[in-house]
Amino acid sequence: MSATMNHIGLARDAYKGAATTLCAGCGHNSITNHMIKALYELGVEPHRLAKMSGIGCSSKTPAYFVETAHGFNGVHGRMPALTTGAQLANRQLIMLGVSGDGDTASIGLGQFMHMIRRNIDCTYIIEDNGTYGLTKGQFSATADLGSMQKKGAVNTFQPIDPCAVALTLGCSFVARSFSGDGKQVVPLIKAAIAHRGTAILDIVSPCVTFNDHDGSTKSYSWIKDHEESIADVSFIPFFEEVHVDYEPGTVRDVELHDGSHILLKKLGEDHDPTDRRAAMKVIEEGRAAGHLVTGLLYLDTTMTDFATAEHIPDRPLMDLGENELRMTKDDFAQFMSEFA
Amino acid sequence: MTDKILNDLTIQAATVNGSGSQTANLVLTRAIFHMGIPVAPKNVFPSNIEGLPTWYQLRVTPQGHMARRDQVDILVAFNVATWRQDLQTVRPGGVVVHEEAFSTADARTDVTYYPVPFSKLAKSKIQNDTLRKQLANMIYVGVVAGLLGIPWEALDHAVKRQFLSKPKAVQVNLDAIKVGFDYWQDNFSKQDPYRLEPMTGVVDGKVLVEGNQAAALGALMGGVTVAAWYPITPSSSLCENLIAYSDRFRVDPKTGEKRIAIVQAEDELAALGMAIGAGWAGARAMTSTSGPGISLMAEFAGLAYYAEVPVVIFDIQRIGPSTGLPTRTSQADVGFAYTLSHGDTKHLVLLPGTVEECYEFARDAFDYADRFQTPVFVLSDLDLGMNLWMTPEFMYPDKPFDRGKVLSKADLERLGGEWARYRDVDGDGVPYRTLPGTDHPAAGYFTRGSGHDEHARYTESAQAYAANMDRLSHKFETARHALPGPVIDESTHSPIGLIAFGSTHAAVVEARQALSVGHRSVDYLRVRALPLSAQIVEFVSRHERVYVVEQNRDGQIYDLIRLALPPELVDRLRSIRHYDGQPIPADAIIEPLLESEAVPV
Repeated sequence: MSATMNHIGLARDAYKGAATTLCAGCGHNSITNHMIKALYELGVEPHRLAKMSGIGCSSKTPAYFVETAHGFNGVHGRMPALTTGAQLANRQLIMLGVSGDGDTASIGLGQFMHMIRRNIDCTYIIEDNGTYGLTKGQFSATADLGSMQKKGAVNTFQPIDPCAVALTLGCSFVARSFSGDGKQVVPLIKAAIAHRGTAILDIVSPCVTFNDHDGSTKSYSWIKDHEESIADVSFIPFFEEVHVDYEPGTVRDVELHDGSHILLKKLGEDHDPTDRRAAMKVIEEGRAAGHLVTGLLYLDTTMTDFATAEHIPDRPLMDLGENELRMTKDDFAQFMSEFA
Repeated sequence: MTDKILNDLTIQAATVNGSGSQTANLVLTRAIFHMGIPVAPKNVFPSNIEGLPTWYQLRVTPQGHMARRDQVDILVAFNVATWRQDLQTVRPGGVVVHEEAFSTADARTDVTYYPVPFSKLAKSKIQNDTLRKQLANMIYVGVVAGLLGIPWEALDHAVKRQFLSKPKAVQVNLDAIKVGFDYWQDNFSKQDPYRLEPMTGVVDGKVLVEGNQAAALGALMGGVTVAAWYPITPSSSLCENLIAYSDRFRVDPKTGEKRIAIVQAEDELAALGMAIGAGWAGARAMTSTSGPGISLMAEFAGLAYYAEVPVVIFDIQRIGPSTGLPTRTSQADVGFAYTLSHGDTKHLVLLPGTVEECYEFARDAFDYADRFQTPVFVLSDLDLGMNLWMTPEFMYPDKPFDRGKVLSKADLERLGGEWARYRDVDGDGVPYRTLPGTDHPAAGYFTRGSGHDEHARYTESAQAYAANMDRLSHKFETARHALPGPVIDESTHSPIGLIAFGSTHAAVVEARQALSVGHRSVDYLRVRALPLSAQIVEFVSRHERVYVVEQNRDGQIYDLIRLALPPELVDRLRSIRHYDGQPIPADAIIEPLLESEAVPV
């Protein structure tokens, strides 16, 4: 691997997309860059990538990375259904869904939850800014209680926390991060892709136009002041060796399905990411303390994903021909005779 | 006693839902069918698990009429709640087999009563405590067998056929039938004219199949690999049959690998979304639902139309939203499904009129979807989907799958990567597509709704939008000529024509026979697909008056045909509509037609 090529021989430029049409300074643009970096460093084959999205600012972003990959900009809140179908049709695809807080926590909450229940093998990124940007600044369902709109309206409803929802449904991978924290976002994206099952990554991503003011809890300044990372995250892909040069007891090492490793270096109190109740406690305590807790909250590598549980072939279903899909003439004749 | 009435009668069993009567009904049906006599059963059931009244109407005719008839010759009354009401449905001179405990005081005197102590017989003669309730229904089969002269051999066959997968149940059921059979022999002498006698040659090579079984088999043979669905009457049995057939024919016995993914979705909206995602990724994908589900699918149907994703959508039509007669039949989704979604959308719609066509159209729908890269609706209905129909055995497919215009890696290499997803290369409006996973740098594109140029890039250009809309229209016209054409019978050379579609066919066949006996023969055109074939206009132009018969209130196909007609032909079209939730009988065609014809033009 040369310095400017990844392990499959592609340059970073191969992972670029069309120019963004989002506002300058939008957190989503940072996430797009993190995505490009993660996909490049992982050496994802562009033709195997399927970029899925719903509707909203977030859902436009799949056009802004890996231009040569297939993408599907579906209808609002329904990315999970499209992703489920595509994943079953071709298990060779690497499903990467990008959604927003409106797309996920309001119109798409049902599909979001049912996708998690089924443990569809995909990465599901929520670009979470607490507001409806394209329709000019209405609150979304992830806006915190008491947070303010640009013109001063106060949110009086309880927020829906996608990570807490995912945890209660037994999601096999739950993480939260901040668009400005590339050091954390990039390894989390890589781990989410390496994970086999539904990986939820809620990335708080400020909307510079409608939700970056005083009184917002999704502004750059608020997050910078309140982010509390539970562990330093690093990711060792399957094609690299794990260097063991940390002090015993300071780092947790979890092996993922493809042989990659995610390393979590303790920062404050030790958090066991394989303990679902502990993950819920971390979220609740952070919320009570007014912190934005980030990092890998929960990971279960033992759960079986839907396609595996259903014994769906590894080959793309497109490749199955008449002889594998139609019963034989003899079977057909026998079958018809049973209706006599 | 009047002359004997042979092999031409309608039996109506009035029972309580959930009492297990359906098995008995099917055994009776199969026994008569085994005698070589055509049968046409209709199950009239409530939206209920148990307790509400349900009726099974078994029509037997030497000609093999398949439509419902509004006349009961033999009533089997099991349900005290509807007893008096059921009694009114019997034709004068008819037969009433009833639970002995039901009072006949002040009841009709123009029918023959055969009171049977079903409850007492069940208690005293059926030893099996756990199955007594179910087996009690079999007693009625035995009584009717005695009454009509069904030979024991036919009953034996029917029970064995019914319990093909549960051979242990055969003997107890036969024993229960024997209880009724013996009771008839010991207690009654024949007072009525109805008889069944074996026939030869009429039902040879025929089988009894439900439309939803046929459609599930068609989908399987059409190569479906992803199916997503949400339970809804009367569509559920389509996917349930698909699951059963797939467990049998799509599982690799060595590896356990399953060559189909079937997902019970969280709602119909997700079900169609899954099917579209799968169709986009190259699977042959489908969903099956009924009207309320079609309503939920509207937005996704539009996306698939504009993004040009192949997908097959079965709509087993029934009545109404919410608690709106969900177990009663209808043909009222045609207009809605045809243009489902907002904006300028129009869809390919297949209209099977027989269970054989349920099989064929289900199978071929996947070819049409792939070939035209668009949703294909298959509109069946509760009558066709959930009742057993006599049919010739289905044919094994004689051609391979048509996967449409898909560019492979090799194709892209040959083209030097030069292609555009939404470009009309061949002049037929149908573009080429690539599938995700195709290992070529030019393969990938970004799928979205209507706002795209030939290369699938986002644009709000007025010119690009309008050009794409025109190409979609052109594609639709290409499809118009490729879909199943109408079936036309102009052998009567009558100035009068009938047009119908779907399950109405059975009633039309019978009505035409009856009309020809009365020297009022009529020609017939059966519509089998939307968009409408040009042959329909020609048919109208060759007739002075054309009656469009359908099972909805507003004459939806009538309206569509009127729109297609040149102004000078519009007045030739008349509308006959049946919309009470019951399958249309022949009389519902004959009477309004004769009434209309009696009025001077």
